[in-house]
Amino acid sequence: MSSVSTLSATEGQERKIPIIKLGTFLLMLPLLLWLFLLIILPHVDLLMVSLREKLGYREYAFSFQNYIEFFTEPLYWNTFVRTAVMSIIATVITLIVGFPISYYIAKVMKGKKRSLLFMMCLIPFWVSELVRTFGWMILLRESGVISSFLQWAGIVDGPVEMLYNDASLMVGLVYTSMLFMVVPLVSVLDTLDDSLIEAGYDLGGNTFNILREIVIPHAMPGIASGCIVVFMLTLGNYLTPTLLGGKDGLWFTEQIYNQFITRFNWESGSAFGFLLLILSSAIVFVGLKLSRQTLADTVK
Amino acid sequence: MKSAKTTLSLKKAILGVTAIVGLAFSAQAQAEELRLLTWGGYAPDAVVEQFKAETGIDVKVTKSNNEEMIAKLRATGGGGFDLAQPSQDRISGAQIENRIYKPMDLSKIDSSQFISSMLEATKANTTVDGEVYGVPHVWGTSGLVLDTKKAGDVKDYADLCNEAHAGKVSYRLKRPTLIGFAFSMGMDPFEAYGDTAKYQEIMDKVEAKLISCKANVKTYWEGGDALLNLVRSGEVVAAMAWDTGGWKLNGDNPDVTFVAPASGALGWIDTFALPRKTENEEAAYKWINFVMRPEIAAQITAEAGNFTASKGADAFAEDKLKAQFQASFPEQDLNNIKWYPTVPAGLETIEGKVLDRVKAASSN
Amino acid sequence: MSTQLDLECRQVVKSFGKFTAVDNVSLEIPQGSFFSILGPSGCGKTTLLRMLAGFIEPTTGDIRIKDKSMLGVPPNKRPANMVFQHLALFPMMNVAENIAYGLKRRKMGQAEIDRKVADVLERVSLPDAGAKRIEQLSGGQRQRIAIARSLVLEPALLLLDEPLGALDLKLREHMKVELKQLQHEVGTTFVYITHDQSEALVMSDNVAVMNEGRFEQVGTPQDLYYNPSTAFVAGFVGDANRWEGRIEALDGAQAMVALDEGGVIATSFAPGTSFAVGENVDLFVRPEAIVIERSKAAQEKARLSGGKNTLSGVVQNLLFDGANSRALVRDQATGHEVMVSLPQTGAFSDLKPGEALVLSWDVEKTRAFKAMKAARQGIAA
Ligand SMILES: Nc1ncnc2c1ncn2[C@@H]1O[C@H](COP(=O)(O)OP(=O)(O)O)[C@@H](O)[C@H]1O
Ligand SMILES: [Mg+2]
Repeated sequence: MSSVSTLSATEGQERKIPIIKLGTFLLMLPLLLWLFLLIILPHVDLLMVSLREKLGYREYAFSFQNYIEFFTEPLYWNTFVRTAVMSIIATVITLIVGFPISYYIAKVMKGKKRSLLFMMCLIPFWVSELVRTFGWMILLRESGVISSFLQWAGIVDGPVEMLYNDASLMVGLVYTSMLFMVVPLVSVLDTLDDSLIEAGYDLGGNTFNILREIVIPHAMPGIASGCIVVFMLTLGNYLTPTLLGGKDGLWFTEQIYNQFITRFNWESGSAFGFLLLILSSAIVFVGLKLSRQTLADTVK
Repeated sequence: MKSAKTTLSLKKAILGVTAIVGLAFSAQAQAEELRLLTWGGYAPDAVVEQFKAETGIDVKVTKSNNEEMIAKLRATGGGGFDLAQPSQDRISGAQIENRIYKPMDLSKIDSSQFISSMLEATKANTTVDGEVYGVPHVWGTSGLVLDTKKAGDVKDYADLCNEAHAGKVSYRLKRPTLIGFAFSMGMDPFEAYGDTAKYQEIMDKVEAKLISCKANVKTYWEGGDALLNLVRSGEVVAAMAWDTGGWKLNGDNPDVTFVAPASGALGWIDTFALPRKTENEEAAYKWINFVMRPEIAAQITAEAGNFTASKGADAFAEDKLKAQFQASFPEQDLNNIKWYPTVPAGLETIEGKVLDRVKAASSN
Repeated sequence: MSTQLDLECRQVVKSFGKFTAVDNVSLEIPQGSFFSILGPSGCGKTTLLRMLAGFIEPTTGDIRIKDKSMLGVPPNKRPANMVFQHLALFPMMNVAENIAYGLKRRKMGQAEIDRKVADVLERVSLPDAGAKRIEQLSGGQRQRIAIARSLVLEPALLLLDEPLGALDLKLREHMKVELKQLQHEVGTTFVYITHDQSEALVMSDNVAVMNEGRFEQVGTPQDLYYNPSTAFVAGFVGDANRWEGRIEALDGAQAMVALDEGGVIATSFAPGTSFAVGENVDLFVRPEAIVIERSKAAQEKARLSGGKNTLSGVVQNLLFDGANSRALVRDQATGHEVMVSLPQTGAFSDLKPGEALVLSWDVEKTRAFKAMKAARQGIAA
């Protein structure tokens, strides 16, 4: 008896599901198409290209050669490690600089001043990345504004070069990434009830442990999503590292660009691109695990 | 001016490779439009307007450089543009490899407007399977741009490594640098083009030289404008660069000029070539014949700073430019120009590895 | 003064620009009492409480806890803890961690913390809730945890800002009793603010009625109810019928008042107040002070006889609420609607709208206060 009734119940459900699914499917169609045509398809193509080896003019064979090359040639591997480490450092610095700014915007500023400050974080993004980077070059170069000012003020005797090294690269990367850290942080801090902070003080907490035990745990999803975005953007940045980075400044995307464009070597370019995708995903995954966040949290 | 802008973002490059879907949309070109893939300065607005007035054809200009031109055409199988202007040495390799060009119908070109020696040389260099793929347009050289007061001792590329100029020299990390250094070190890379092993050997020596020279370099320049800035501000006193850059700076500061290196300047010729899927071949030929007219060619020379393969255009060129040219190229230097021969496939891989290793090497 | 005082406020003023939110408030709270501040929304209760907690500094005046001035002492250094209006439990911690938060700040050993947390959970009758997440608790349970989190620190003062406001009625009634009980057991001084007079009356030892930043009256709930000293208090604390009128004649502690709507009511004064003939007054009579009789002669005129006010009216509406049932009676002479309590004997359980009634009440049960615009607003609120 009971088995019969359960059966009919599931049948009833099953009859409904396809209708819902069709509706959902139609609604999702543009998104699915977009995902498929612009994200999945290119990557499948990328994967296929990366798995072939060029034998001669228009002659290819299936091979893992491009991947093997990445791991056996220290140059590529070092470049990747350097890029990843620099990106992680840039992400951490962006977080350290961006957090107080975001806290100030979300919790201290009110009304007009608040939007003004927010705008100020946005303004650098009204000009293109190229112009922004050139702006930094004008400031930091040997014959640039800061060097001239220091000489004028008598702090240094001769011109100082602040460009073309890892420090200037770092400044450029952090500057470029700031907004992408501040936006998620402000929105997550906005949702933090002020009375939680007050309760923390009321119960005897000081600024430091309220930050550590209440504000940061609450902001964790925002911190994670900000860090993921900044890390990925920095890792994939091309312009800033090439223009500010100087003669020793290797960057992995530059390597990919070189493979594709100057070497006409699409096969290894694709392999590098794919490896970048996998390795950066792995780093993000480890980061999420360490901070005990899930990817779903970060998009809440 | 031959200022390469390597500002193409990675994203664009990857999308160009893969999102072939998008190209379906760009295929619906209007009849009277010429989509020109060229270098900065090769299609001045004034010339484009005159062409439109005369023929009614709109020219849509996309500025690029050799590598990007090939990458773009390769991504589309030779589509998206009606006329391209790669350098003559980069045509046949790309054609054999990727079939991105279409043979030229020489009967549609008014060869009387060309300096015949240059036309013949270009035709010979761009011939694949008996078909000609390119005719010459603009030519120039790369060599040394120097502040003659401060770096008068630099006579050749190798002198850029003199310790006296530590931190004040610059060059690109690109293949012309490798070739130039090879010549200045007494080797002939062009001769070794056909012999991979020998070429590798030459490149290994160049690599060692460039790595030991790295401490001297202020930065490897990327865009032409960036280099001009470096030299103009005095941050760099000696660089490997294009002739036009030197002449431009010479206008501001008479101490700075272009000097042909002792081992010979490297000569390049940029051509006209038809992408395989060109949609307006007629307009392409019209444009070629139009810009090769001496008075039009002179306008392009004035804009780009380089001379063209147009016969008789010299008569219309500015005196100042002619004077600068003559100062930089005395008779024996002119004869000593090393013209790039066609690049055989495979060399770029060798060069690429060398460039990677130089970039990765520690500078001290 | 006495060392028995847990809290003392001396002429505390708080202004925001030109607006004075708390206006010259003084109060004294003896140790171990339940003190409520009752007032309509926006009267400055929260502002006062936040000054006690230390989140805002008074503009002038002094706040003393255990006879020490708290001026310039930050909230984390005050021996007062607050239960927030929306509780402000930390969602990122479980119940035990919430309660342990304040103890940890005192660098207490883990074993002692555990013991205290267990004790206080026991005290609020949630001994097994320690490992639960905040969102797993019901409203009433959260309430108790919020109180436990403060109580565990054994503060001199526990400040509560309308903590029952978010609960449903049934639970609120229950929590009222429970809170009172809890306060009695732990003996901590509670400063409780609310706009709900029933909460204040049920729980408190003393209540301050606040209006527009000022204290109108401070006293026991009985005091406030039976001997309100201002029209505002009379109107705000408990239900009351109100008339507006002018004094016609004075006779010792009694007077005849001519109502604005017509008719006359005899009234008494609160002790220590005095009036002059011709002065505008507000009259208040509690519904339960009015005696009703069925009247066969509905036309009988309202009269003043034997020290009682009498009027006849018709039942407009019956408001049945068990033991607290009332009737709305329309005065035939003036049209004024009068609220009367129905006797709990059930004698009038068959009363119907439209029936005629005779209402009467003692002159002593009528209270006159100087007419006050503010009082009218208070009732409206
Ligand atoms: N920070 C402030 N700035 C200006 N006005 C305030 C501020 N805080 C409270 N007020 C005003 O003070 C009055 C009392 O507020 P509050 O103490 O919150 O009232 P209650 O808690 O009794 O409802 C209100 O009119 C409110 O608008
Ligand atoms: Mg309030």
